Amino acid sequence: MTTSTVKAPAKSAYWAGVRDGSPFILMAVPFATLFGVVATDAGLSVGQAMGFTVLVIAGAAQFAAVQMMVENAGIAFVLLAALAVNLRMAMYSAALVPYLGPAPLWKRGLVAYLNFDQTFITSVARYEARPEMSVAERIAYFFGVATPITPLWFIMTLVGILAGSAIPESWALDFIVPIMFLAMVSPMLKSLAHVAAALVSVIVALGLTGLPSGTGLLIAAGAAMVTGALVETWMERRKP
Amino acid sequence: MTYSTAEIWLIIALLGAGTFLIRFSFLGLIGDRPMPAIVLKLLRFTPVAVLPGMVAPLVLWPAATGGVPDPARLIAAIVTVAVGIWTRNAIWAIAAGISTLYLALWLLPIH
Repeated sequence: MTTSTVKAPAKSAYWAGVRDGSPFILMAVPFATLFGVVATDAGLSVGQAMGFTVLVIAGAAQFAAVQMMVENAGIAFVLLAALAVNLRMAMYSAALVPYLGPAPLWKRGLVAYLNFDQTFITSVARYEARPEMSVAERIAYFFGVATPITPLWFIMTLVGILAGSAIPESWALDFIVPIMFLAMVSPMLKSLAHVAAALVSVIVALGLTGLPSGTGLLIAAGAAMVTGALVETWMERRKP
Repeated sequence: MTYSTAEIWLIIALLGAGTFLIRFSFLGLIGDRPMPAIVLKLLRFTPVAVLPGMVAPLVLWPAATGGVPDPARLIAAIVTVAVGIWTRNAIWAIAAGISTLYLALWLLPIH
């Protein structure tokens, strides 16, 4: 197929997306189940936990919001912390413009709703590898990648909610969320700049725990982002 | 959790709208205009800037032990980070962290 330049119709692009998105089921199932368990444990109703999963549809931000709510942080701080976790998706949005910019507005809206780490990373890799894809094929591929992940994300959250109320305290569920955050962030520590940003975030946040809930974290995050950008700039200049 | 039902739904609705607007931002509203390089550079560090600071107090002073550092949770956190850096895979890191937590809680029961 490498020598062929025949354009596959949008339908086959969609099914290629379904195939490439399927491995992420392995990731969506435990994350979604744990969110259901943690949300129930925090005191959210079934409807509220499902509301999070369907309306926000962003794992790390959902966990961050629930964690801040358990700490009874002010509503503005809950929102700021969770939205800050999602800010990277502004980058995803910008990165999709060259590929999907000419698509109809409603399709771009639906892509935006489904634009999370797995769909974005998988789709952009395909777009880069196959520059001959039409805009319609790219859109179809994106929806294909989202197809196996999204319904399972919803269903497994519900399973977690229903199972969560049956889980005893000795299971130390309080610590599942910290473990999940550490697990999500540690693979990202791939450069000195990232490590420096994470260290500044930890040190400043620990130093400012006396401030009202959420305030210290925002200051720590701001300081860490500036640190990361500065260290990266410094590293780039050192290179010949 | 001390929020009213209306407050919880307000958080969910605003978070849903805000997350959608972040995802829609450039693709839907701003279009082809390029972003300043410094903004892109800062945005790249948001996950590593937010999550470690959020987790650090939970690791050092867990509410479940009344804010007293707990060896089992500390060890589980260290193993999670180590496996995450080593394998570059969040699922392996979660599996290793949770197994370590339960093993350590069983070996070092402090309640």
